[in-house]
Amino acid sequence: MNAVVTANGLTKAYKNSLALNDVSFRIESGRIVGLIGPNGAGKTTALKAILGLTDFKGELNVLGFDPRSQRDQLMEQVCFIADVAVLPRWIRVREAIDFVANVHPRFNRAKCEAFLARTKLTPNQRVKQMSKGMIVQLHLALVMAIDARLLVLDEPTLGLDILYRKQFYQSLLEDYFDENKTIIVTTHQVEEIEHILTDLMFIRDGKIVLDTDMDTVGERFAEVLVGADKAAAARSMKPLDERQVFGKSIFLFDGADRATLESMGEVRRPTVSDLFVATMKGTYA
Amino acid sequence: MNTFFWLLKREYWEHRGGFLWAPVVTGGIFLILNLMAIITAEVLSARHGVRIGGNDIQMMMRHADAGDMAQVGAAADVAMISSMGMIGIVMGIVVLFYCLGSLYDDRRDRSVLFWKSLPISNTSTVLSKVVSAAVVAPVIAVVVSIICGLLQLFMFAIVLSFHGINVWQLLTLSHPLRAVGSLLSNVPLYALWALPAIGWLMLCSSGARSKPILWALAVPVVLGLLVTWFGIMGLFNLPTAWFWTNVVQRVLLSVFPGSNLVFDKHGFTDMSGMDDNNPLMYLSPAHTYGLLASPNLWMGVLAGALLIGGAIWFRRVRDDS
Repeated sequence: MNAVVTANGLTKAYKNSLALNDVSFRIESGRIVGLIGPNGAGKTTALKAILGLTDFKGELNVLGFDPRSQRDQLMEQVCFIADVAVLPRWIRVREAIDFVANVHPRFNRAKCEAFLARTKLTPNQRVKQMSKGMIVQLHLALVMAIDARLLVLDEPTLGLDILYRKQFYQSLLEDYFDENKTIIVTTHQVEEIEHILTDLMFIRDGKIVLDTDMDTVGERFAEVLVGADKAAAARSMKPLDERQVFGKSIFLFDGADRATLESMGEVRRPTVSDLFVATMKGTYA
Repeated sequence: MNTFFWLLKREYWEHRGGFLWAPVVTGGIFLILNLMAIITAEVLSARHGVRIGGNDIQMMMRHADAGDMAQVGAAADVAMISSMGMIGIVMGIVVLFYCLGSLYDDRRDRSVLFWKSLPISNTSTVLSKVVSAAVVAPVIAVVVSIICGLLQLFMFAIVLSFHGINVWQLLTLSHPLRAVGSLLSNVPLYALWALPAIGWLMLCSSGARSKPILWALAVPVVLGLLVTWFGIMGLFNLPTAWFWTNVVQRVLLSVFPGSNLVFDKHGFTDMSGMDDNNPLMYLSPAHTYGLLASPNLWMGVLAGALLIGGAIWFRRVRDDS
């Protein structure tokens, strides 16, 4: 497999803080990567660096291009949805399609129109007359009709209701994603994307604190429901996290022996959000 | 090239109100005002029993000599180009605010993130906005004022025909084609002349984190005051006024069409000896293109190019959205 993004010693300093602190990672083709971190951890800065929207120190290679100097070629292969509602408010649906169709060499108009036909959007509608959900539908229709190799989503469903959010990720999976494409997504609604991710990256204070694929997550991390009698034994195994439910304790372990855990109680795979909360303990303290 | 055409089209879509409707509405108001003036004149003359029309005018025309006829033609020509004055001022205002917002508004509403997600270089984006301000807006304004002028001419012709004057004779005395040509010939000149102002306003628009208009006004004015206060121009053996005329006014007011006639002394040099019966002379290329010999113009073009280069650089590095 070939790497879509390779970062080496990526560093970005703002006036009085380090947004990215010597970060290195590699993203392979055909993956859906969740870049997850608390507010201000450096997620958006990392994405901006990948998209060539900001300057940085270190090495970064995206699809064989340097995003700082070869941005124009790079953007033919990369699509980007930044948070919601960044489409210009004056533009009409028709104009947006016409414009992208004529400036983007890899845009497929029929595909875009087919996708829009499934929505309530009309050609003459302006973005300012749309709800947030509709704007995202339009943006997604434009982006999905572009045959790009890398799609970057920065909080794409922020502020949308659950119907739009579900539809958003479903469309991406069903009509867009394939083994030649790569998606990087950041979001706070971890539960909703957990089942579509193939890879997981946690970022905290400008550092990558976890970089793994989802299969490994299941092997490495385990959650055990332990009765009060065995809680002390479990605690001695240095769990990542402990919480109480109905008089029992739930322990989260990283790389603990599976057989030992099973002797203590019911073992299950932790959810990404539980893992996230455990990893990020004390971030805002 | 195709991409650039669509970039221009995008600017037009976004600014149709300023580029097209502002001149159209101005032209409409201009025509209505003229119509009201004509009606008032007709009503007044009818009420006071003054017969300015009818057989008297016919008689006047019959007795008019060639010089008088030329004056009638000149009046018709002035009628033809006069709407350009009003439309030009409105267009200047439109271009001024267009430039100030051109690289700032999309950063403010964050839609710059959408534009930057497309494979378009910052250079073509900025240049498409320069061309919109320097060429697209003036061409539309000139076309609108030509249509307006023709309507105006037509209106006068109809009114006079009620008084028994041959419309065709009047029209043959005027020079509509030459008027159209002269107006159009001024567009390239305007583009060159306005370049330093367009460049400066767009640089502010591209660089300012907020309130580009403050930067655009404050920097040249404060510089001007400093220059005046410390008498810096004295070092170059130039009067202080030189700075105000050639820098401050050039970077702010050159977007107004015709400002070259006011600011550039060169434009006035050979105005004496002009034929009063030929008002189109003032707009004809033979007269206006004398500006091409003026260093003021070319220094401005050079400064404009540098400022636009700065605007492109800012467009690339500003990532505050």
